[in-house]
Formats: sequence, C-alpha cells, structure tokens
Amino acid sequence: MNKKFTKPKSMKDVTTHYCSGCGHGIIHRLICEVIDELDVRENTVAIAPVGCAVLAYDYWDFDTMEAAHGRTPAVATAVKRVLPDRLVFTYQGDGDLAAIGTAEIIHAGNRGENFSVIFVNNGVYGMTGGQMAPTTLLGQTTATSQFTRRAEKEGFPLKILEMMAILPGVVYLERTSLYSIKEILQTKKAIKKAFQSQLDKKGFSMVEVISPCPTYWGLSPVKAMERIEKEVVKEYPLGVVKELAG
Amino acid sequence: MKKRYLSTGNEACGEGAIRAGCRFYAGYPITPQNELIAYMSRRMEEVNGIFIQSESELSAINMVFGAAAAGVRAMTSSSSPGISLKQEGISYLAACELPAVIVNVMRGGPGLGNIAPSQSDYFQAVKGGGHGDYRLIVLAPATIQEMFDFTYESFALADKYRIPVMILADGMLGQMMEPLEFDEDIQPSGIVEKPWVMTGAKARPGGSIKSLFLKGDSLEQHNEALQEKYRNITNNEKRSETYKAAGADIIIVSYGTIYRIACSCVDKLRQNGIKAGAFRPITLWPFPSEEIKSTAKKNTQILVVEMSAGQMVEDVRLAIQDDERIKFLGRMGGGIPSEEEIVKEVNRLVGECRRGDPCVLS
Ligand code: SF4
Repeated sequence: MNKKFTKPKSMKDVTTHYCSGCGHGIIHRLICEVIDELDVRENTVAIAPVGCAVLAYDYWDFDTMEAAHGRTPAVATAVKRVLPDRLVFTYQGDGDLAAIGTAEIIHAGNRGENFSVIFVNNGVYGMTGGQMAPTTLLGQTTATSQFTRRAEKEGFPLKILEMMAILPGVVYLERTSLYSIKEILQTKKAIKKAFQSQLDKKGFSMVEVISPCPTYWGLSPVKAMERIEKEVVKEYPLGVVKELAG
Repeated sequence: MKKRYLSTGNEACGEGAIRAGCRFYAGYPITPQNELIAYMSRRMEEVNGIFIQSESELSAINMVFGAAAAGVRAMTSSSSPGISLKQEGISYLAACELPAVIVNVMRGGPGLGNIAPSQSDYFQAVKGGGHGDYRLIVLAPATIQEMFDFTYESFALADKYRIPVMILADGMLGQMMEPLEFDEDIQPSGIVEKPWVMTGAKARPGGSIKSLFLKGDSLEQHNEALQEKYRNITNNEKRSETYKAAGADIIIVSYGTIYRIACSCVDKLRQNGIKAGAFRPITLWPFPSEEIKSTAKKNTQILVVEMSAGQMVEDVRLAIQDDERIKFLGRMGGGIPSEEEIVKEVNRLVGECRRGDPCVLS
C-alpha cells in the first residue's frame, strides 16, 4: 500500500521560511494534526510569539494573532476569558517565554488560566542571530556567550517546567523532544493531552518541546538531533513533570 | 430617568465605561487612580464582565489587546509611571488598529515623582508615547460629569476608528467629588460590526492580527493607511470650547481642571475692566488648531496655563504661528496655578502691552 504525503487541513499549503532541520516546522504540523483530530479548527485562536515563529499565521489556517515580545500569555489570558469555549494556545520560544515574558507566564499559570502553551526550547535566540537564551546550556558558545556560558557569569539554564510545577493552578506539564520518530509522536500526544485538558476546562497546561536550531548550533540537521539526544535532554529531562488528576 | 449621584472622578469614569458596554478591565494599583480599579473589580462582577488585577502594567495593556482582538469593549487605567509602562502595548494596539480605552489620571513626574495632580504627560499622550508613527484620540475632561461622559463616548470613538482612545485627566479629577447625573437606562452607543475579530475561523480561512510587515513596502503602505485615518479623525473629531472669548483682548488657554480656574479668572478680570476670555481644547489630539486660531484674532494676547513646564503651549504656537503673542504660565511637580497667580500674570501682561510691547491691545 502506498502512503501519500498530505498536509493537515489546518495547515496552509505553503513553504515555510524555517531553516532546514529546524524543529518549528515539525511542531507546527503536529499542532495542526491535533487540531484536525479534535475537529476544532473553527474554534481555535492562537497567539504567536516574537521570534522565529512570529509568522506562524502564514502557515496555520486558523485565527492567529501576534503579541508583543513575551506578553503572549497576557494576551491569551484575555482571549480565553472573553471566549471560554474556544481552544486558545500560545506558541512561544525561549526568549519570549523564559526571558522577557517570565512574569507573564508565571502569573498566567498561577491564576490557573485555562489555556495551553507550546514552549519551544532550542536554547538560543534564533531570529536575532543565535544569542544566549536563559535555556542555553553551560559550556555552549553563542553570539553573546563567546567564551561559552559560564555559571559564575551567565547563570544557569532555566528550567521553566520545574518552576511552574509548584503552582497549584498548573495542571499539566510535559517535556518532549523531536530527535526520533518516537519522540515526535510523543510530542503530538502531549500536545493533544494539553489541548484536551483545556477543552475539559481543567486549567493551565504547557508542553515544552526540546527543538533543534541547526543554524545557530552550527550543526547539520542530523547532528543537531543527536545533540539533543546525547546532551540537551540530560539538562532537560523528558517526561511528564506534572499531571493533576481530575 | 435621570439620577443624581455624588461621585469621585475615578468612579464616574468607571461607571461611564460600564454604561458604554465595557466588559473587560485589567489594571494594576497606582495612586491617584486606585478608586477606579477598586470600582471596576466590583462593577465588572455585577454586570458579568471580566476584571483582572494583572501582575504588571505591561500585562494589563496586553490583556486589553487580547480582549479587544476577541471583540469585547476593553479598558485599562493607570497614572503616569504606569502609563509609561503601557506604552509598548499602546503602540501595538495602534499598529494593529485595535479599539481600546486607556485612562491616565496624571500625577507629578518625572520618575516616581509624587501623587499630586499634574499635566506633564501631555507630550506622551498626544505625540505618541511609544515607538512608531501613531496617534491616539486624547480627550481631556474638566469635571466629574465629563469623566463619565467622555469615558462613555470614548468607546464609540475607539470602535468607529479602530483606535486606542486616551482619557487624560489630572489627579484632581480622579479624586475630587462632584455631582454626577446620567440616565439610568443609558445604553452603549456606536456599536459596530467587527468582522476582523479573532474568535475562530468559522467557514473562512484563518485570519490574523499583526503589526509585522516585512514584505516590500507593505509597512509603508500600512503607515499610509494609518495616516489617512488620522487625517479623517482630525477633520471630524476636534472639540473645543470657549468662555467669553468673543472680542477678548487676552485669552487664557488651558485644559482639564485648569480651564475651570481660568474661567473664574476671566470673571474676576472682567470685573476689573480687562476683556479676558478663555479657550479650552477638549480633544488634545486632534488639537483644535483652527478653532484656537479663529478665537484668538490678530491682536489678541494668549496666555497658556498648564500644570507642566510648558507642553501644550507648543501646539498653541504651531496653531497661531505668532510666538510674540503667546505667553506661558506653568507649575510643575504637583503645583497648581492659583487664581491669584493667573490674574496677576494677566494683569502684568496687559500692563506690558499698554507700555507698547508688540502685544497691542484693541
Ligand atoms: S534560526 Fe534556528 S529556530 Fe530559527 S528558523 Fe533557523 S533553525 Fe529554526
């Protein structure tokens, strides 16, 4: 039997601007597959970040708006409060979520806002040229940590999920990756679980996806995936970080 | 049926918003507008609206962004330092052409300043306090009644033009109490269809709300469209009023609470035989340039009075194009120009003129 390549209904038939081997395209597609499976395309409102994924609305065929850098969860809070029966999610990178928007994400979680967050952690600022992010690994060289990231000068990689886990309003947190088919399928499962938990009105959910940025890691697409498997997941262990029953 | 209340300006402003159909409010505590956020926390609950005390001013203005994009009438309020923090969000609202109302109950600055009344955020409000070429409609109330009326009207203006509207009041207007009257059955006005809202792409392709324009000259075109809208507003929405200005030798130009002091100065001066009048811009943007020009005819002296180092006076100079005739009196850092100070200054200017300065009196 021949399997034909098809695009999810929620995905526009265009070529993305992402570099080859970038994780964004895969995650975009997984989100669209989940939205199709849940049959919520007409009920979805997404909020795109400032960063490489700012143009997500060029690829998704559902309502998507931009937010100012890091303010994404504040915008999502209002959208979900005004439209409680829609599926509302933010799509944020590590600059947007873990640096400039730290206050917004923590307080949205603490209020138990019933929206979902897809947090793409690739350890660098991609759009601006590969600068150090709060999530950059120790020893990693970037445009702004040219002598590598050193704990004593640049601090430690920030583990957002572990921080968020202590907040009672946060119901579901899972960290996944993209380095193998199995991991990609797990990412899709996690996204679906997050969206479903929102549709079930359970509260704040977030999936952190460890994603490759071959361009600013200075690696080939294959080597970038290998780096995630061998190095990055040691700092950011995969799996469910929190799941409240009920 | 009309009912009378005794109200603070902050609460009048909140009720004006509720009556205009505002159903989303996000704010953060700061003096002297705390009565407003407290009032909204109660009233929004009563009318099934949404109230959020946000973690910051940045968050509050971006919540307003989200609420406006989702189609609801939305408002935030603050005072000077908090309004500075909101500027990023205001620029995005303007760029995305989202309707919203922002209330600034001004206090003394710069920096943390103090909590006394001030008008020193005029530049920030009318010249575009954030980045990029944009404008807000800026309404300056002078009474508690106007705190209600202007806030009520601002939502219709915001929706009509898809623009953020700012209510620029000084701290006195926030906390002072005065009679307030409005029709118990007043309904929201200027309700328009909003086909652009982000509520889910029902039987249509996915939409977007955005301020990023990377391709070719698309950003220049977007700016052209914004400027066209601003010209349209300038042609249609300017508001001003005068007091005994016809044939006056000297006109006191002021806005907000100062206009009320100016009017009583006019009466005092006229008792002493000085033909004084007053002019008040009600919309600070668009600025009533032609109106002030036609009020202050050729030989009329102009005294601009503000609670600032002299900000609106620049727009008066631009309108009149005759700096010799324009004098300024201002107090800063929470100081309020008194009736005595203004009357004294007018007397001095009139005296100067009688000694044959360029400011010839009729
Ligand atoms: S810079 Fe990195 S994150 Fe951005 S598109 Fe390229 S690979 Fe992806």
